[in-house]
Amino acid sequence: MQQSWKQARAAFAAVAAPPLLWLALFFVIPLAVIWAYTFGENTGPVTIDFTGTFANYARALEPLYLGIFVKSVVVAGITTLLCLIIGFPVALAIAFASPRMKAWLLLLIMLPFWTNLLIRTFALIAVLREQGYVNFALEWLWNNASGFMTLAGMQPLGDYEPLTLLYNNTAVVIGLVYVHLPFMVLPLYSALDRMDRSLMEASLDLGAGHMRTIWSVVVPLAAPGIASGVLITFIPALGAYLTPDLLGGTDSQMIANVIERQFKRANDWPFGAALSFLLMYLTFIAIAAQALVQRKAERRA
Amino acid sequence: MAKEALPVAAATLTDPPPLKREKPGPLEYMRRWPLQLIVGLTLLFLYLPLITLMAFSFNDSRRNIVWQGFTFKYYEKALGNESLIEAFVNSLTIAFFCTIASVILGALAAVMLWRFRFPGKTAVEGTLALPIVVPEICLGVAMLVFFARVLPWPMGLPWPFNLGAITIAHISFAFPFVATVVRARLASFNRELEEAAKDLGASEWRTFWDVLVPHMQPALVAGALLAFTLSLDDFVITFFTSGPDTITFPVKVYSMLRFSVTPEVNAASTILIVLTVVLTAVGLHLQNQAPKEGKA
Amino acid sequence: MTDVSPVHTQADKPAAAVKPNPIISFEGVTKRFGKTVAVDNVTLQIQEGEFFALLGPSGCGKTTLLRMLAGFETPTEGRILIDGKDVAPLPPNKRPVNMVFQSYAVFPHMKVADNVAYGLKMDGLAAGEIKARVGDALELVKLGGLGDRMPDQLSGGQRQRVALARALVKRPRVLLLDEPLSALDAKLRDQMRSELTSLQEKVGITFIMVTHDQDEALAIATRCAVMNRGVLAQVATPADLYEFPNSRFVADFVGSVNMFEGVLERDEQNEAMVRCNELSAPVYLDHGVTGARGSTVWVALRPEKIEMHKRAGGEAPKMEDAPAGTNVVAGVIRDIVYLGSETNFEVELEGGRRVKTFRSNLTRYDQEDFTWDEPVWLAWHACSPAVLLS
Repeated sequence: MQQSWKQARAAFAAVAAPPLLWLALFFVIPLAVIWAYTFGENTGPVTIDFTGTFANYARALEPLYLGIFVKSVVVAGITTLLCLIIGFPVALAIAFASPRMKAWLLLLIMLPFWTNLLIRTFALIAVLREQGYVNFALEWLWNNASGFMTLAGMQPLGDYEPLTLLYNNTAVVIGLVYVHLPFMVLPLYSALDRMDRSLMEASLDLGAGHMRTIWSVVVPLAAPGIASGVLITFIPALGAYLTPDLLGGTDSQMIANVIERQFKRANDWPFGAALSFLLMYLTFIAIAAQALVQRKAERRA
Repeated sequence: MAKEALPVAAATLTDPPPLKREKPGPLEYMRRWPLQLIVGLTLLFLYLPLITLMAFSFNDSRRNIVWQGFTFKYYEKALGNESLIEAFVNSLTIAFFCTIASVILGALAAVMLWRFRFPGKTAVEGTLALPIVVPEICLGVAMLVFFARVLPWPMGLPWPFNLGAITIAHISFAFPFVATVVRARLASFNRELEEAAKDLGASEWRTFWDVLVPHMQPALVAGALLAFTLSLDDFVITFFTSGPDTITFPVKVYSMLRFSVTPEVNAASTILIVLTVVLTAVGLHLQNQAPKEGKA
Repeated sequence: MTDVSPVHTQADKPAAAVKPNPIISFEGVTKRFGKTVAVDNVTLQIQEGEFFALLGPSGCGKTTLLRMLAGFETPTEGRILIDGKDVAPLPPNKRPVNMVFQSYAVFPHMKVADNVAYGLKMDGLAAGEIKARVGDALELVKLGGLGDRMPDQLSGGQRQRVALARALVKRPRVLLLDEPLSALDAKLRDQMRSELTSLQEKVGITFIMVTHDQDEALAIATRCAVMNRGVLAQVATPADLYEFPNSRFVADFVGSVNMFEGVLERDEQNEAMVRCNELSAPVYLDHGVTGARGSTVWVALRPEKIEMHKRAGGEAPKMEDAPAGTNVVAGVIRDIVYLGSETNFEVELEGGRRVKTFRSNLTRYDQEDFTWDEPVWLAWHACSPAVLLS
């Protein structure tokens, strides 16, 4: 029973004014200013002239920067895919676990999410670097296998070449997956938990194996949840700054890094603004795509 | 996994419903080893780096690559690092004010959306969702420009006012989260409670305070915790709105990371992890203790 | 829209003394929500001390009318007067009425005593007086001693009493009840029915109740208003509503009825005759009907007014108060529903029409035992049917 604002004007004003004013002043206006900047030009070290030019957008779409956009989308896409592949079985397992285990498992999965992004990314450095734990472990395995083979009378393996897992695109993807996995698990779990189990049981009863059942019954029913999870993994991954900054090499820059450079070092604010807005448009496109998928899935259900 | 799953499925389809130690039912994925393996490996993947980070904060080695011995000295260093402490205090202060403002603004926004119909409501709802959806870098950049050109924050203000720009930026992106949490809780509110209060003589304000706020209370607590954590952990937005004299904890740790990676960084990180986990645990505990509401 | 009982007065039922003072007056009240008309030009007066029921199917506007009285909706047109004063400028927290809501709306985070005290706190009474009055109110609703409990520790029925106490402690001029018995189970419902009536007598104020359950309204109320799609269909005492409905809607809504469409053949001052297609014999009435000869009318015959006799191939019985060949029809029993104290029968007439009737099971072994497919005569007295013009 919502009431029209006219029925209680004083109450409405009291309740609506503070948040709306704040939103307008400290959110909409800054974004609007940035948007205006996309049409501006640097006319000096600290002055900017609003000439209504599209040059910034044009420059953003040059091969150099377009390439970075494309690469960011690809990296974010791979990240999302990996998160989906790993996250789906995990979400499935949790959704079908006993109630007590469910609570614990959810807590365990979400706990890393609450620790600082910076720390999580930093922790990975110690794991991925040439003198990091992965290489230590692999080296240990390598040397043991080598020793084993000598025992068996075969040629020993050569010296262990440490894998370059850090400061390249691989590291960035691993880092993004590491950071965003909990984001993917939660909506997947939500959707799977709400699903009607009897449909799965019917499918199994009719003779389909587990993989068939999952593919043809579970996935379509959980589609809205999957779409949600994909969205809230893809968008932050696309706009990620810290992870590529700490784990990536010189050629693993993503959009956010380029934007930061424009504002902090290159001092080309209009261009940075244009890049930011292009990122935002990409975000909105992704959201619209997800909404479409959601509506199609709901119609089917 | 497929090859193992099929024969297991065939075998368990004819099994009787599982008793305590019997074979698991067809849908009890957690009790069968393929998924147990996947979940286990995933948890290992998620936690091993963090645990080793915390463990190595006690490492008696400057380069911190190989374990060389147990020591607390890097904790002492971290706790004695003045700029680190200052950054930490700054972060806490910002988080504190951000939480208070976000809870108030978020609760008001939630009530506004829940209770009233008004022209432009869809636009307002969309705008309120934007801070949650827009990539952080765009927000950070917008705030940088805003405080540099539109509303220049005066330099050289005494503490804590010099943290104002950062606090304002944090509030802007945190209060929509609070609004979402509170709004979800308001959906379960029985409107007749409000009407009953008015019927008994309560004014608008008294109705709000005596009836609506108690109902919102669990969501207010959850929202407060959310805002606090969001603010404390934030890096990108803070990075763009802070200056040399207004460093926050994550930004300080970042610069330590870039320049010298000693166990001191591990120590500082561990402290932050422990703090966040404790806070979240407290919050969850408080939420579970929320007053049970029967169908009144 | 009759407002006063026509011929018969209600049998003496213990009720609070009704003073001839219209405490509530609706004058031409209309309420529109966008294009929908929820309440359409309702004019109604409720006397002080009545236990008044607003009765009707869901969506008929009764709850909207109640809410307008309480102040939660404003009329689009018309006025509402309490004690002769227009309450339009008064918001709900300033009106001398209090409401017991359908969900009871007991504040879940306050103790029972604090719930009951809330209204008095808003009035600014002294703590001592509040405590005394709360104690009295709880005793009144038989919840004495439960003041320190929390609402989630109470049963549904107890929570309702808390809501009652909370409203009554403020000593309002009128108490409004929104579907008070609908959420209770059958046994509790009977109990609350009698408790509500005795409560009203004890407290002596006007009670206005909204319900869709006609049993409830007939049993409790001193006077009822039946509403249909926003319009007042009839306002009368329960007996008059039941025996003298003014339309097909009211006849059908209140109690069960057999309705036949027919043509008014004869209409004199103290007799009338209606011929219905579905009945093989015309209906003879011992009173006149205000209608044009030849017009379409409806005959409403309640099941309990129909006598059933075995038809073993003889002549139709003749009713003493009607000419031969009227008020008697032939039929065959098609359905029997045994209800313990009575048995419901469905009898199929010659034209195929089915008629409901019943018999009390007066003796343990019924000599006149009726069974399926038994041919019977259905007969009724000339004063039993009601003729409806709309």
